[in-house]
Amino acid sequence: MGVPTIEFPDLKSIPTVDQVGVEERAARFQTRSIKAETKLSALRLAVTMLDVTTLEGADSPGKVRQMCAKAMRPMPEDPSVGPAAAVCVYPSLVRVAAEEVEGSGVKVASVATAFPSGQSRMKERLAEVRWAVAEGADEIDMVISRGKFLRGDYRGVFNEIVRCKEACGEAHLKVIIETGELRTYDNVRIASELAMGAGADFIKTSTGKVQPAATMPVTLVMLEAIQDYIDRTGRKVGMKPAGGISSAKLALHYLVMVKETLGAGWLSNEWFRFGASSLTNDLLMQIRKQQSGRYQSGDYFSKD
Amino acid sequence: MAAERAGSGGGRSRKVAKKRDHDFVTGTSYAPAPESSAQVKIAKSYDLFIGGKWVKGSKRMKTINPATEKVLSEVAVAGPKEVDLAVKAARKAYNNVWKKMPGRERGKYLFRVARLLQERAREFAVLESMDGGKPIRESRDVDLPLVAAHFFYHAGWADKLDYAFPGRKPQSLGVAGQVIPWNFPLLMAAWKLAPALACGNTVVLKPAETTPLTALLLAQVFEEAGLPDGVVNIVTGAGATGQALVEHPGVDKIAFTGSTGVGKMIQRALAKSGKKHTLELGGKAAHLIFDDAPINQAVEGIVNGIFFNQGHVCCAGSRLLVQEGVADLVIRKLKRRMETLVVGDPLDKNTDVGAINSKEQLGRIKGLVAAGEKEGACSWQSGQRLPGKGYWFKPTIFTDCAQSHRVVQEEIFGPVLAIQTFRTPEEGIEKANNTPYGLSGGVWTDKGSKIFKVTSAMRAGVLWANTYNKFDPTSPFGGYKESGVGREGGLHGLAAYLEI
Repeated sequence: MGVPTIEFPDLKSIPTVDQVGVEERAARFQTRSIKAETKLSALRLAVTMLDVTTLEGADSPGKVRQMCAKAMRPMPEDPSVGPAAAVCVYPSLVRVAAEEVEGSGVKVASVATAFPSGQSRMKERLAEVRWAVAEGADEIDMVISRGKFLRGDYRGVFNEIVRCKEACGEAHLKVIIETGELRTYDNVRIASELAMGAGADFIKTSTGKVQPAATMPVTLVMLEAIQDYIDRTGRKVGMKPAGGISSAKLALHYLVMVKETLGAGWLSNEWFRFGASSLTNDLLMQIRKQQSGRYQSGDYFSKD
Repeated sequence: MAAERAGSGGGRSRKVAKKRDHDFVTGTSYAPAPESSAQVKIAKSYDLFIGGKWVKGSKRMKTINPATEKVLSEVAVAGPKEVDLAVKAARKAYNNVWKKMPGRERGKYLFRVARLLQERAREFAVLESMDGGKPIRESRDVDLPLVAAHFFYHAGWADKLDYAFPGRKPQSLGVAGQVIPWNFPLLMAAWKLAPALACGNTVVLKPAETTPLTALLLAQVFEEAGLPDGVVNIVTGAGATGQALVEHPGVDKIAFTGSTGVGKMIQRALAKSGKKHTLELGGKAAHLIFDDAPINQAVEGIVNGIFFNQGHVCCAGSRLLVQEGVADLVIRKLKRRMETLVVGDPLDKNTDVGAINSKEQLGRIKGLVAAGEKEGACSWQSGQRLPGKGYWFKPTIFTDCAQSHRVVQEEIFGPVLAIQTFRTPEEGIEKANNTPYGLSGGVWTDKGSKIFKVTSAMRAGVLWANTYNKFDPTSPFGGYKESGVGREGGLHGLAAYLEI
């Protein structure tokens, strides 16, 4: 690990992405059949990788407190399940969340930088980062300026990320590239390189506010970018697909993809996260099914 | 959890050890996910399918599961007498029924066969994997869908042959003798049977010695579909059975897929006989990776090119030509990818590379790999553990290969890749064409114009750009030079079964 070297990527050396090939490869992971002990251990692992998220205008301290309780102890009758990796909220609710999860090991992540569009002045966006950190955020999920990116101003995007990283101080920086607005896999690859070169600790697919959000092929392109980056620089970068992963089955396919692309070294919440809100309960339901052999109705799992 | 702790000391430690093996993070493998073979009923023995009846052969031979070496069943061996019987049955069916039947009616039978194959796809896929050793993922996701597609496609042509060749009056040939290989037993049967039947010919089919079972199950599908007796006859056996069929004077057309050596023997036997023939033989395909290629997908293409079906593929991308600037990168990524291949039980849904089809083939692969090492090419194998019983070979690559090495020149027909480098497109093309074969090839580059320039200069019947090993019944398949004569699939494939 250590301090990242800030370096603008050599865009000419970045390999292109073949759409058909990457989609075919991603589909192959979905044919893996994960059963029995392997399935149970993967489901348990997935719970610990959750960034349990609420990003609504209607969020209130009460809602966030309930979510924190769930993140800390997802399955009350079995404390060996979980806890989740983090809770993810808007800056105004960071303090509430931080007080709630204190001492539990669950991190507080805050979106910032004029989430989800990023359409604001840099001054305000950086101020938001500093504020969230001051309120107690361990991790900042920033958004890049897709407008700048699509205009071809890669240097501008890179500089924004560098400045956000500085503003984060000790807090970890996740860079949301919003793949649903970048549209092409080549763009996804370039944006990933910009973020890693600028010092991102994690690269993240989506805000969850734009469709399509995370997909397996998009995530695969980013995992391959991470692989090439570590080969070049020796620095590990984490990955967070977010939005659209709502079933345990799909989450397991993602984990298979991580294991077979980056290796078992990425199979911890230090390096891989799921940004999701409804995934938690499906994971819990499947864990109980693996243990008891039976499915239970949704009424047996707390909603928040 | 509590129940587990209650076990005796010894039992517990065994259980824990096994658990760790399959732990998602630390485990070296996934928990077994075997496809059930319960739905497949394999009879103790099979006879020959001649004239709609099951006829005893002169001798019997065993067919085994190459992954376990266990005997699956016994099948009849057709001698010259039975082959003669089959050809006569085919002739009778041709003259009395099939030749006279309107194309629309022939098409109905083929549609029915295609639908029955789809309905029974799982059963066929499992049997194919048991008898041949290929992973269930491939027999289920590649072989069977293509088998059905070939019957559907040709069923559609049966009543439109006049439009396929405008201004001509296409006529059927008569009796087709078809000899097929063991690498895609059912798919090769479909490739050969569907166009022959659609064009109004009757058939005597000789499946490969080591993989007769799916063809015999296919005979049951023909019975179920009510196909008139004698339109398709299936005679199992080894080389001698094939020879008897090829040399039989009552056969009008020979279609063969297999080794170049046997292909040459067939061509000699057919000289002056007046029989039409198509031969689909060996290959040593070049797979060119340019430095502007989408590298990660190219690596996946290389893997699909050579490790698909254990490399038992005539069009396998068995020679990799990488532009020098990206050679180290590609080889590093390829090795990493090879480590993630799951090698083992063909019936496990997670298996990527299954069993080598036969002991004989395994010996051939080992011999050529030893020759490669002796000649000074540098071999590397992935680190998977192989099962104890059965015939297995680890995914293998050779680097530092010279054009003169045997592993570059000869078809290995196994999971073995020979890697060379090139500097300019011209050098890549020259190396690609410097082979007695010319069945297939592949090119990876992000530049469209380069795709056209390079593939136009490559002398091979099938060329893929930025992908590999893609098949479709509408696309003709066949080779240049020692890779064969004629084409199968598409309009070209129809023409091979017609007098136009």
